[in-house]
Amino acid sequence: MAAHRYGLSLVFILIFSLLAHPSSCDTLEKANDNTGEKQSVSDAPQEVNTDGSAAVEDLNERQWQSTDVEVDRSDGTKDSETFTPAAAKDQFQEELVIRPLHSGDIYASFQFRTLWDIDFLQEGQKVSHYRLFPKSLGQVLSKFSVRELHISFTQGFWRTMQWGQPFIPSPPGAELWVWFHDTVSDVDGNWKELTNVLSGIFCASLNFIDLTNTVQPSASFKPLGLGNVTDHRFLRYATLPREIVCTENLTPWKKLLPCGSKAGLAVLMKSEKLFHSSFHSQAVHIRPVCQDEQCTSKAWELRQTLNVVFDLYTSGQGKKEWSLFKMFSRTLTEACPLATSSKIYVDITDNPEGELFELTPATPLLSQAVVLGDRRTYSVYDLTRAETFGQLRSLNLLLRWKGDSGDMLRPLLHAERYVAGFGLQTGEIHTVIYNNHPYRAFPVLLMDSVPWYLQLYIHTLTVTSKSRDNKPSE
Amino acid sequence: MAALQLEKQRGRYAALAIAAVVIVVGIPLWWKTTETYRAWLPFSDISELDTLQLQLSVDIEVVFSRGTLTPEQQKKVPLSHVSEKEHHIDEADLSLHMLSESSCGSVVVYVIPESSTLLPEDVKVYVGQRRTALLRSPPFKSSWSLKEVLSSLDVKVEQVVSTMSFNHQDIVAALSDRVRMTKVTKESMADSMRAIKSSPGYEITFSLLNPDPKSHSLHWDIEGAVQSCIQPLLNKLAPIANFSVDSQILYYAVLGVNPRFDNSVSAYALSADSLSHVINPVEARLGSNAASSNPVLNFLLYVPDAHHSPLFIRDHSKREVPSNAFHSPRWGGIMVYNVNEMYGPEAERPVDININMAKVMGVFLAQLRLMLGVQHTHPPPGFVLQSPGSAGLADWELDRLLWSRSVENIATASTTITSLAQLLDQIGNIVINDNIAQQVSSAVTSLQSAVVELEAGNLAFALQYSREAILASERAFFDPSLLHLLYFPDDQKFAIYIPLFLPMCVPIVLSLLKIMSEAKQKRAEKQAKSD
Repeated sequence: MAAHRYGLSLVFILIFSLLAHPSSCDTLEKANDNTGEKQSVSDAPQEVNTDGSAAVEDLNERQWQSTDVEVDRSDGTKDSETFTPAAAKDQFQEELVIRPLHSGDIYASFQFRTLWDIDFLQEGQKVSHYRLFPKSLGQVLSKFSVRELHISFTQGFWRTMQWGQPFIPSPPGAELWVWFHDTVSDVDGNWKELTNVLSGIFCASLNFIDLTNTVQPSASFKPLGLGNVTDHRFLRYATLPREIVCTENLTPWKKLLPCGSKAGLAVLMKSEKLFHSSFHSQAVHIRPVCQDEQCTSKAWELRQTLNVVFDLYTSGQGKKEWSLFKMFSRTLTEACPLATSSKIYVDITDNPEGELFELTPATPLLSQAVVLGDRRTYSVYDLTRAETFGQLRSLNLLLRWKGDSGDMLRPLLHAERYVAGFGLQTGEIHTVIYNNHPYRAFPVLLMDSVPWYLQLYIHTLTVTSKSRDNKPSE
Repeated sequence: MAALQLEKQRGRYAALAIAAVVIVVGIPLWWKTTETYRAWLPFSDISELDTLQLQLSVDIEVVFSRGTLTPEQQKKVPLSHVSEKEHHIDEADLSLHMLSESSCGSVVVYVIPESSTLLPEDVKVYVGQRRTALLRSPPFKSSWSLKEVLSSLDVKVEQVVSTMSFNHQDIVAALSDRVRMTKVTKESMADSMRAIKSSPGYEITFSLLNPDPKSHSLHWDIEGAVQSCIQPLLNKLAPIANFSVDSQILYYAVLGVNPRFDNSVSAYALSADSLSHVINPVEARLGSNAASSNPVLNFLLYVPDAHHSPLFIRDHSKREVPSNAFHSPRWGGIMVYNVNEMYGPEAERPVDININMAKVMGVFLAQLRLMLGVQHTHPPPGFVLQSPGSAGLADWELDRLLWSRSVENIATASTTITSLAQLLDQIGNIVINDNIAQQVSSAVTSLQSAVVELEAGNLAFALQYSREAILASERAFFDPSLLHLLYFPDDQKFAIYIPLFLPMCVPIVLSLLKIMSEAKQKRAEKQAKSD
């Protein structure tokens, strides 16, 4: 074999020019070959204008092309019989707690919980394959090394004196607080990018959060999930009190649920009724938790909560009667197939013999739990069981008030705030904290984030308790 | 009188001194402090880029095997390497590859005798997996001189090289942004519009759509499938861009069209015309990567619900597509996976179904190759192409992609730089910071090095330089500081400066005029006196 090097260089000379010379294309070549793997684009030649626009249009019509691939015909249908799915690493639970309030209003609290046995912050292993956990949130957690994320959007004011304590308190407007992981070097940079990405995900103007309204609380917050070290350098907190919550924020929030708003408890969330209420708050809480009791490995928990209080008088009629249909203009027909548990709890603690209100349809299931320090009893409706839906295949809880409302709830601790006076000279902000416990005293930590355009003079701070002045210590 | 004169003299000197200070110190100081900071840009180099001449050269090596040349012809040829091999075709390819490890972008053609049995009868050229090809020599007489032999081979070798490397159509398609396409085939236009634009990184998302979780409980081992099928291809394509793969499952995701029931095959069918409406409702839920701005390629796997099973796709000629999949240019693809045969009507709902990932990944791999621009080659008749093997991509196919990518990158980068230079030239008020100037200079030098490397035939280096060039030019073009346009229209400038300078300048100018008129008067008096 004789070999010799025969360098042949193909010389292409192309000239770039800004001026395009329109040339006349006469006909396009027929693309009609049928050998082997080909596109299924075969058409007759066409006359084309000078700039070939007709050719482009024709192609646009035929843009969707079938993929021609030699496929193996053997499907292996026999495998499905012997297939046992592996244990799923993530699970989804949904629940709705209904609590009738003494003033005749009703408080409904949804909670959707996804638990995933995985570690987002593990070194080297990128989490890429999502099932029940929403991909957008997972990518945000990985990219910004977030250990905990709490965001809430609230419209309305929680009247503690009339309604008692909420399950999860939230201030009006938008509130966001985040614990970052220890490995983050530039917390402020991550915070800024995170707020912008979240404002895109939730369709809210969180991009107004910047360094002028972000605080780094050094004593008030501690991580709600797992966490050994609580270095407050990695905590950031911001609120936007004037952020308005509307359907635009509810829709992306519902999109994060695995079943969407098509099945399960989420079908009840119709915005025209939800926003016609005294109080509406939707929140997302993400935190790492222990997988089991010994806490050998981490799991991540995503909780989406929606709290709403329906007002007796604004929803018309004035008759003290509540039903799922009246509250949400929908009834329930099925549970979310992806949920391992789907339940409705109705608080009947104040109604042991049924003298205050009547609950239909009756249910034999009862459950007791300690909530916010109180022992409460709940009637449980399990949506995964077919008999809950009865003969009509739909569940419409009905709650009819019989007696008059009892004495008002006295919450143990609550706070109020009001503005007095006007202007820089005589304006005042009063914050009043009540402790209604019969004998116990509680230490209270008050965190107040004041915007930069409000000039408060610290030397005018007075703390009064039991109508005696308390001199603030240094 | 003399005191008055002295006073006047001092006044004159004072006015002159003030005027001097204003003119010599004040005006330059004001000019300097109100000019916008513009760092120096290499405008001459950029205008050169405008009329760039690209020269692409491929290293081709032609090896004559024993029996192709007669001894006289052989004598004329300078001997550099002689070796004997006798192998089956695939092994021949591999051993030939190991004989001379060809660098990125080069092509090696082995000419074998006409009567050789290595290739089947009607096959003239066999293109291997690496960068080698086997060419059956055309018949020639033994009395021909070496020159005639080589000239008769020319045409054949050129055909081989244009298949394995690049041809005029490919390059023009890659430059379609910059250069007006004069005569294009429908194929190449379709090809150029299908492949996604060159970008430093891509996100690939696999989504499983389950519209009926009550009936089907789907399980797919996407992690393993991506590791074994997609990742080798992406590793091979690593010099072109960074890839990141993820997957998700979407429940209650319905298609935008209701498929029609076809009685003849007792199945549901989606016609090709309705395909463009299918994706619409799903696309809102797919989401792009929340944390990056790279373009996304979506691959959807749709399992029809129990009431609309089985579902087939019909193409324009009303035939069923065997792979049951279709793709959309620059977006991604969708495949319909029927599971109605996997369970009977008595099965307990929801049915656990395991998806056969091998079949699915084969289709997605083919779609991914098309999306990334690995074009279907249309070799002339008599050519046989070896299948790409486990990596999913032959070396020469990768070379083709690299050629068109580097040309495209150079085209885009030079467009960006020239338009940026034009913009900055025309609008004199934009502040040009140092970092922008540095990015522009580095982009220009990278472009020049890329052109030089293309000329020399070093494809790998050319691609790297072209990538750097495009990154630097994009960063310079989209820098947020360039938006900071100091807008000073002329009448507003007057409105600002006149109240400041006019009261100051009027006394100075008037006193200067007075001094000048007095000096003129004195001269006139002196003139009159001397007369």
